[in-house]
Amino acid sequence: MLTAENLGISFVTRMGTNKAVDGISFTVEAGKITAIIGESGSGKSVACYSLLGLIPQPPGRIDSGRALFQGQDLLQLTEAQLRETRGRDIAMVFQDPMTCLNPYMTVGNQLMEPLRYHKKVSKAQARERALELLEEVGIRDPASTIDNYPHQFSGGMRQRVMIAMALINEPKLLIADEPTTALDVTIQAQILELLAALQKKRNIGILFISHDLAVVADIADTIVVMQEGKIIETGNRDDIFRHAQQPYTQKLLQAIPTGGKSEVLQKSEPLLSIRNLSTWFRQGKTHVKAVDDVSFEIRRGEVLGLVGESGSGKSTIGRSILRLVPITSGEVIFDGTDITALAARELKNMRSRLQIIFQDPFASLNPRMTVFDTLAEPLLLHGLDNRSNVGASVLKLMDDVGLARSFVRKYPHEFSGGQRQRIAIGRALATRPEFVVADEPVSALDVTIQAQILDLMRELGKEYSLTTLFISHDLAVVRKLADRIVVLQKGKIVEQAGTSELFEHPRQPYTRQLLQSIPGRVLRANAT
Amino acid sequence: MWRFVGYRLLQAIPVLLVVITVTFFLVRAAPGGPFSSEKAVIPEVKAALEAQYGLNLTLFQQYTSYLGDLTKGDLGPSFKYPGRSVNELIAAGFPVTAELGFYALLVALSIGGVAGIIASLRPNTAQDYIPMSAAMIGICMPSFLLGPILILVFGIYLEWLPVSGWGDIPGDKILPAVTLGSTYAAYVARLSRAGMLEVMSQDYIRTARAKGLPEWQVVTRHALRGGLIPVVAFLGPAFAGLLSGSFVVETIFQIPGLGRFYVQAAFNRDYTMILGATVFLATLIVVFNLLSDILAAWMNPRLRAQFAEQ
Repeated sequence: MLTAENLGISFVTRMGTNKAVDGISFTVEAGKITAIIGESGSGKSVACYSLLGLIPQPPGRIDSGRALFQGQDLLQLTEAQLRETRGRDIAMVFQDPMTCLNPYMTVGNQLMEPLRYHKKVSKAQARERALELLEEVGIRDPASTIDNYPHQFSGGMRQRVMIAMALINEPKLLIADEPTTALDVTIQAQILELLAALQKKRNIGILFISHDLAVVADIADTIVVMQEGKIIETGNRDDIFRHAQQPYTQKLLQAIPTGGKSEVLQKSEPLLSIRNLSTWFRQGKTHVKAVDDVSFEIRRGEVLGLVGESGSGKSTIGRSILRLVPITSGEVIFDGTDITALAARELKNMRSRLQIIFQDPFASLNPRMTVFDTLAEPLLLHGLDNRSNVGASVLKLMDDVGLARSFVRKYPHEFSGGQRQRIAIGRALATRPEFVVADEPVSALDVTIQAQILDLMRELGKEYSLTTLFISHDLAVVRKLADRIVVLQKGKIVEQAGTSELFEHPRQPYTRQLLQSIPGRVLRANAT
Repeated sequence: MWRFVGYRLLQAIPVLLVVITVTFFLVRAAPGGPFSSEKAVIPEVKAALEAQYGLNLTLFQQYTSYLGDLTKGDLGPSFKYPGRSVNELIAAGFPVTAELGFYALLVALSIGGVAGIIASLRPNTAQDYIPMSAAMIGICMPSFLLGPILILVFGIYLEWLPVSGWGDIPGDKILPAVTLGSTYAAYVARLSRAGMLEVMSQDYIRTARAKGLPEWQVVTRHALRGGLIPVVAFLGPAFAGLLSGSFVVETIFQIPGLGRFYVQAAFNRDYTMILGATVFLATLIVVFNLLSDILAAWMNPRLRAQFAEQ
């Protein structure tokens, strides 16, 4: 149905010409799902956006190729002709439903827009169709929510709205650009299921863009692997998963977190005990119980995984332990001292022993400080080094986290996401803490980078004899690192158990639901 | 929402009190008084006049009695226009100033808004540079320079428009409105360009394009509302600027508005008139800042919901 041949796209900037997509060919058949896999910067999104003329030109430039869709070459159409196709025969679903809906327009009006524009139907008819479709994509009680604004919907619900919006003109081809990347794992599973069901029912073709092989493992028919603008491997799903030819594809497959930590945990005394911790946030006259009467222990040297969806309170627990948010009640006992009772000065001394690594290495590093400044600051602040010998400690840290020493005078924007997370880890470890809170340290990273950072954290954990609270929404990631896992839901502990115990014999229905939502069921079935 | 409005109005009371106090003592500190003039006045007459207006009381007594009258809405008698109260004079002058301000605001919003939006659609091209350079000139050009230039060009050389007056000859309102509005047109242009650029790079604009909408619909239906919020938030401060700017423009074009009364009152040491006009304008500025904040919040559905709860 869609055949792209020898597609080449460049970006022309003052810095020179950058070939984003270099002569790629792929097809999407009616009723089938073709997945394009690649890391950020591999050109996968650029290739798909160019089909619909959504690449700004300049700086973008289409160098070569054609894209046949229903007998027309999309690349040769005028802007006006292309607009006729866009949103009618070919529709798109984007990555982040939080930012892709217009916050100033009601969901209903946005939903009706493509129908009203392309098919010239009356407002009443469009509304009726919109209500049917909202119902079909699983929005409860569409009649009363259709006139709400996007901020009144959750992320998963917004993505359902996006899907409804894409389908309202019954397109023949759907381009889905990382449609589940911004969502929680259980929501991701629901959206994938919904997409697959809608696709079967309508017999449409889907071009599914993702950085995560596991996500497409369950739904894709054909998989196209891209790296640096080129296709390096194409095949049907089973071929790719069973007999991947290319080393890069194999690396991607290996990066999918499967299996658990092999070491057996030795019993040791608890380093940190959390007793009846509650952290509530005021919201108007009521309280949001972000953390509600939670108790658990972390033993010395252990990695404890704290798992839950967004809003479960997992990050709030991490921040409460370090007193980065004021707690409502409860005790946090670290090595015999109740942290919640410390005065400001004592807390400062304590902070060198407890550190945190944040999720977003783009936002958590000061853009005006060099690597040297970032790493030296905690050392100097806590008096662990003086000006004359801090340099040696910084270089040692850079070695430890795997950053070349020559980077020492560079600023954060000069680094990739993975490198920045290494800096952030180095910053956290600078004071040689005993305890680290790692708050979603790999969720903002590409899968292969994720695997590297997880390996690094495991090595450093041993080298620095760290005790870690590892917070993540991604059970597969936690499984790789954690000795024990605590599952949270709505501020309360649902279940806690050793990692393998939890994965093999989950006791609570919520835990089971989380486990079933991990993408890549096919892969796991193959592995066993 | 009413709680928010009430809170803001309460906040205005100390602000106004400070304005009144400072103005009251400042004008008294200026040398001379309402009844000192070049002609020698018989001391008895002067004393009688001062007694009539309460100027023989101590400064503090005058201050408290002024505040007392003010709570009743009485701004006192004018010292220079015998038999007329300050309330009457403001009532006579303000409609003219308000009309001038309204036209100037229309000029600012229409010219500035259109220029800013046009500039934002093709950033860093001639379509952007030309209106934005004009805006920069507009910001730098004071109205006491722009006014005479416009008079010279359109009034005297081209003889298209009248050079002074207000409502006497058709078209005599155009030049004052343009003179007063152009600076604000320039600010509006810069704000709307920045707002539109911000919005046009949002993901939901890409969504709108992916729907197949033509570019003008993408702009009008999806971008405009979010892009113009900064302009709406600027309306309050702009209003304050228009009022104070109108004093200069009213003087240039001989317009019988509040501004001219104000300026003359300052020269004449017409204490009550200066104070009255100051209090009146300060109140208006507070109210308009509040209104523009409410309007800006109302345009954002998310803030609107929070707002309605309060």
